[in-house]
Amino acid sequence: MVRPTSLLSIARTLPRTIPQRQRLSLSLSPSPLVTLGRTLHTSPFRSFATPTTGPQRVTSGPPPPASSEATANANAVKDASSPGSRSPGETTPGSASQLADSSYPDYSKGPSALDKASQLFFFTEILRGMWIVLENFFRPPYTIMYPFEKGPLSPRFRGEHALRRYPNGEERCIACKLCEAICPAQAITIESEAREDGSRRTTKYDIDMTKCIYCGFCQEACPVDAIVETQNAEYSTETREELLYNKEKLLSNGDRAEAEIQANLQADHFYR
Amino acid sequence: MLRRFTAGRSIARRLAQGQAQPARLFSTSQPRKADITLTVDGKEVTVPQGTALIQACEAAGAAVPRFCYHDRLAIAGNCRMCLVEVERSPKPVASCAMPAMPGSKVFTNTPLVHKAREGVMEFLLANHPLDCPICDQGGECDLQDQSMRYGSDRTRFHEITGKRAVENKDLGPIVKTSMNRCIQCTRCVRFANDVAGVEELGTTGRGNDLQIGMYIEKTMDSEMSGNIIDLCPVGALTSKPYAFQARPWELKKTESIDVLDAVGSNIRVDSRGVQVMRIQPKINDEINEEWINDKTRYAYDGLKYQRLTTPLVREGDRFVPASWEHAMDTIRHGLQSSGAKGDEIKAVAGHTADTESLVALKDFINRLGSENLTLDQSLGDAPPVTGVDVRSNYLFNTGIENVGEADAVLLIGTNPRHEAAIINTRFRKSYLQTGAEFGLIGEDFDSVFEYDHVGTSPSDVEAFLSGKAVKGKGKGENDFARIWKEAKKPLIVVGSAVVEGKDGAAVLKAISKHVLANEKKFVTPEWNGFSILQRAASRAAAYDAGFTPSPTSTNTTPKFVYLLNADEIDPSTIPENAFVVYQGHHGDLGAQFADVCLPGAAYTEKSSTWVNTEGRSQLGRVAVVPPGASREDWKIIRALSEIVGSPIPYDDIIQLRQRMWDISPTLVRYDVIEKPSLEFIKLGLQLLSTPPSTTKAASTTPFKKPINDFYRTDAISRASVTMAACSKAFTKKEYDIASVDEAGSAQASYA
Repeated sequence: MVRPTSLLSIARTLPRTIPQRQRLSLSLSPSPLVTLGRTLHTSPFRSFATPTTGPQRVTSGPPPPASSEATANANAVKDASSPGSRSPGETTPGSASQLADSSYPDYSKGPSALDKASQLFFFTEILRGMWIVLENFFRPPYTIMYPFEKGPLSPRFRGEHALRRYPNGEERCIACKLCEAICPAQAITIESEAREDGSRRTTKYDIDMTKCIYCGFCQEACPVDAIVETQNAEYSTETREELLYNKEKLLSNGDRAEAEIQANLQADHFYR
Repeated sequence: MLRRFTAGRSIARRLAQGQAQPARLFSTSQPRKADITLTVDGKEVTVPQGTALIQACEAAGAAVPRFCYHDRLAIAGNCRMCLVEVERSPKPVASCAMPAMPGSKVFTNTPLVHKAREGVMEFLLANHPLDCPICDQGGECDLQDQSMRYGSDRTRFHEITGKRAVENKDLGPIVKTSMNRCIQCTRCVRFANDVAGVEELGTTGRGNDLQIGMYIEKTMDSEMSGNIIDLCPVGALTSKPYAFQARPWELKKTESIDVLDAVGSNIRVDSRGVQVMRIQPKINDEINEEWINDKTRYAYDGLKYQRLTTPLVREGDRFVPASWEHAMDTIRHGLQSSGAKGDEIKAVAGHTADTESLVALKDFINRLGSENLTLDQSLGDAPPVTGVDVRSNYLFNTGIENVGEADAVLLIGTNPRHEAAIINTRFRKSYLQTGAEFGLIGEDFDSVFEYDHVGTSPSDVEAFLSGKAVKGKGKGENDFARIWKEAKKPLIVVGSAVVEGKDGAAVLKAISKHVLANEKKFVTPEWNGFSILQRAASRAAAYDAGFTPSPTSTNTTPKFVYLLNADEIDPSTIPENAFVVYQGHHGDLGAQFADVCLPGAAYTEKSSTWVNTEGRSQLGRVAVVPPGASREDWKIIRALSEIVGSPIPYDDIIQLRQRMWDISPTLVRYDVIEKPSLEFIKLGLQLLSTPPSTTKAASTTPFKKPINDFYRTDAISRASVTMAACSKAFTKKEYDIASVDEAGSAQASYA
């Protein structure tokens, strides 16, 4: 029983290749030409590069009631997979794992022993590997020229911290210490007292950036959106001490990035 | 509901006179009779009759949320949070105001109860500002906690006028108010009226317009005012000195003992890092219940200022920081070059010396061949008139817990409000609830209970106790002399200043004779009506340890003086050419005379034993480390003894406590009072009634109050900024309320 393995394997590769293509075009494609170049891999040769090996798996339990019309094996596979839309011979990784404990390999399906033996003896794996190398040889490189060229950033990107101000210049932070309390790395240290006008303010707001794990809990905890993580990830320093941020540093970060912070909050406010 | 608190004492008094049992409150708790059994959530529980239903629920393990109810205060029943369902009751009942009934079936966890609580919570939150992030109560707020359980995350109240706005009140330098947050539980009002004795605090208006305040703007003039901060279930009353300083979750909590008076209040020291952030009361029903006075609570900022952090050696007219070795060596040289021998070596123990260092210093000085161990008090150079052989002669024998049982109290030369504010609240309680009567021989003071002023001088004590006519105000029924004769449980409280004064022996003679003559009333297995009220935390321990001079050493002129925490010292008792060592934690009075200063640890920084005025030894614990180079006091003495060449024979605290056990087992039997036998007490009284023949007759010089400024009595409180502000506001009455009002309006709107 020899099956058209090449056709089957194209069908199997499709669901995997589509998101791959999307990801590529989304993340690093400066020009449509490059995008085109990187999507060349749906060529028939590609199917040789992704061979099907290994047996199908079949459940070992009692056959379901509807199994009288067809062979027991085929029906069992069909029932085990999600209903409709898939060919009887195909199993998804998810359904296979669901069946893992109650199924056994069915060597009657899939590539025949002859197919596999011929692939083995003719070193087709080497050829397939060489083909992929050859394919990439003609593609533009994935590398981006980092300092001059940057990948896109999500509005939720969590980078360097900043303390924000109200439009009238008053600092937002009210020293409630929720960020200090929630910080899992205990990177935040706050000391507070009543300011001259009686309002609750910090006298010290330190973040140890060497401790920070950029989890973003501080900005989630903040009731007044005072502490935020900006999109800036380029603040490496020559000394360790420079990474112990104090209130002045954080406020100046906020002053510098205020427009960007507002834009990000605006972009994200549907999901909050 | 609140009218009964504001009712003047005269009305209560008039009503009380017609009754068999005198009462100054309209509500008095009935004597408990029998136990009753009821069912709470299907669980049978037995409680004494008259228990509030909420307590019965607690006893059954069912937690009932509450705002206005408090164990130690009168019942108001106005928050309605404690609603529970009772079988055959048409409506949910407020469990705090409902006595537990035998056989009733109570449910605390039904849909009706939940709905009731959620409704109450919704109404409370309708007018409560959502400023938890800037509220100091955040993290320890009853409303916050309970709204997490019963509150909705949406509001149904959309008032155009917004939430209720209430003007903030100015209650002085301790209590910060934010009256918008008030939920009108009236706990503060009840505390002020019933415990603190500030009868001005009350409520005005009704319903939504109800406000807590004084009506006439004034400060809350009480030494117990800090407790209303703890009582407030929300952030309406917060602490001014602690404002915005820390959050409860970042504080390390250490249970310890207060040393700023001799009561030995149990406290909880909340610290962050090396700094004490605040001091809270710890519940101990036998001593301070749930209260502490304002000095205990707020003198902690004195621990930051004026500290001795490094040994200092005097060079000419200035102190030079030195190493421990150098300082100790200087003392050794000083001791040798001063030529002090025997009793010329003098030790003075101050008010805040801990028991361990007292014992170590006594052993050290004794090894140097001296018996000259004196106390930092007037006539401290002489052996105490009470003697130290019989413990009941210098202790508060009645026990703090029992003072409420006294039906007539005679205060002699003491102001309990300042010398032992906690005992004073017990007096007020017995004054209000059981109708105790008070008489005073001594200087008048601003009291929270009425007393009959029956004399001022030592001779008046003799006159009063011998039954002569006195010049009291009371007439007829209220004549204190008559009340005193008829009293079943009389109590004589002798101030420590009397015992330390010139007429101490004569006064004690008169008192002990009176007590022995009426011993059936004064000294019984249940009752001891003769009490000395100490005011210094170290005093009872010093007497217990025998830290007293021998009669011969009294007249020696010292050449070497060792001051251990002695900051009340009279400069004339230190000879000009003597070599003076000061060991202590603050650069206060004692350090000024020193040739060498040794930095010791304050009470929050050492684990040491303290014996309170009733003879109860308690163990303080380390909350923070001593600052700089300062060390635990007994270790300093131990090290010095080694350098001077006569080492004291203990190397660690366990050996030292064994030595304390050898001296007096009471010193290390913690948290209990050792009751002496009646024979022993009487023997002690006989000793007091037969003083040496050299004793002078009681003079007519009036008694003086030993404490003029309650807020500045020791090195710690004198260094405290908060205590200075309190002293200005409450002792000197120089507090400008208007200025704070302006500051309130200038407060940032986003504050």
